[in-house]
Parts: sequence; structure tokens; C-alpha cells
Amino acid sequence: MSLRSPLGQAKGLGSAKEGLHHWWAQRVTAIALIPLTVWFAFKVAVLSMSDYQTVLESIGSPWSAALIVSLIVAAFYHAALGMQVIYEDYVSHKGFRIAAIMVTNLLMFLLGAAAIIAMVRIALGG
Amino acid sequence: MSSSNRPLSPHLDVYKLPLSAVISIVHRGTGAFLTMGTLVLVWWLMALAGGEEAFMSAQSFMGSFFGRLILFGWSFALFFHLCNGIRHLIWDVGYGFEKDTVEKSSLMVLGAAGFLTFFIWIIAFSFGVGA
Repeated sequence: MSLRSPLGQAKGLGSAKEGLHHWWAQRVTAIALIPLTVWFAFKVAVLSMSDYQTVLESIGSPWSAALIVSLIVAAFYHAALGMQVIYEDYVSHKGFRIAAIMVTNLLMFLLGAAAIIAMVRIALGG
Repeated sequence: MSSSNRPLSPHLDVYKLPLSAVISIVHRGTGAFLTMGTLVLVWWLMALAGGEEAFMSAQSFMGSFFGRLILFGWSFALFFHLCNGIRHLIWDVGYGFEKDTVEKSSLMVLGAAGFLTFFIWIIAFSFGVGA
């Protein structure tokens, strides 16, 4: 038997029974993405008409590669969390909803992994 | 208790949505659109990792009318979601809920997103000519 009060047990759990984690992770990734996306978008704009070698060196430089890998992790995590909320609100059939969330999570992981592998190859040479 | 006189939720087909409601829906829409857009990012990085030939063919697609159309839509979606996301973070810490403030910040989000989209394309084209 738990000695915690019913209020103490309920506090912070919310209706999803997993507490703040989803909400908090979405905010943390959102804050990370503010500087990362602005930096990356303008970097790509500046490089938009450059030749292959220039783009390769600029994207693959150590700091740039570290920032892009951080961007990839934050963006795909944020996307998976956001899509989950959309499915939870609009897909009423429980089986379809769980399937949609699962497929999206797996796909986001795969795409994130692919982007990171590409970045490793760009940064370290292939 | 009679249920016929209860207040109703707005009927969406006869109710004019306020700007903040439209922006809220567009925030979700752009979020889903950007999620699909990550495919373009992965494809571009894969092409860059794949060598000069793969990269140049990706670049020529991005430079085509259709490629630019996608990128233009994507850049606006990105900046809109970014600006409105910042507005959401401000709400999260408890500011800006008054009706006229919400009205004003809706317009600020649209203005800032439009400006950033315009600005980044100016940069892309001016560096293109210079290079």
C-alpha cells in the first residue's frame, strides 16, 4: 500500500498517465529548433547556387556537422511528438490510431538515422 | 433537464472562425507538412553524401520551377510554424492571453513569417547572382 496521498499520486500524471514527459519534450525540442532552423535555413539559402565542393566543405565542417546532427535529432523527435498529437485528436479508431503513431515513430527514426548517416559521410568523407 | 436550450458549439459551416482559430489550424497543418518535408532534407543530404553527380541532379531539381515551388511553400511553412511556435512558448509561460493581444500577435506571426520567407529568398537569389 502506498503511503502517498491520492492527490500526491495523481499530481503531474494527467489523463495520459505519463505525466509531463510528452509536453516537456515537445517544448525542449521546440526551443532547440528555434536557433537551429533559422541558422540552417539561411545557410542553405546562401549555399543554394554554390558548386558541389563548396557545399560539401561548408555543410561538413565540424561545427556545422554537429549543429546539423543536433537539428536532425531535435526535428525528427519534435515531428514524431507533434504527429502523435494530431493522430490522437483526429483518428478515432483505436487500432488505426496506434498503428499510425507506431508507423510514424518508426519512419521518423529511420529518416533521422538516414540523415545522420549522410551527415557522417559528408563530415568524414566517404 | 431539457437539452434543447443548451449552448451549442459553433457549427463550423456557418461560423466565421476568428483569425486566431485559423492560425491554430494552420499551425497543425504546417507541422504535418513540415514532417513530410523532412523527406526533402534527407534526400538532399543523401545526395550530398552520394557524390557530385547525385548532388548536381538534386540541385537541378531544386532549381526547377516545381522544386522551387516546393521549397517556397516549405520555407513559408517553416517560418510560420517557427513564429507561431514562439507565440505558443510565450503562452506557455503565461503571457499574451488577452483578446486584443491575441489578435495583435496573430498579425505579428503572419507578418514575421511573410517577412522571413521574403528575406530568405532575397538572400538565396542575391548569393546566386554573386557566386
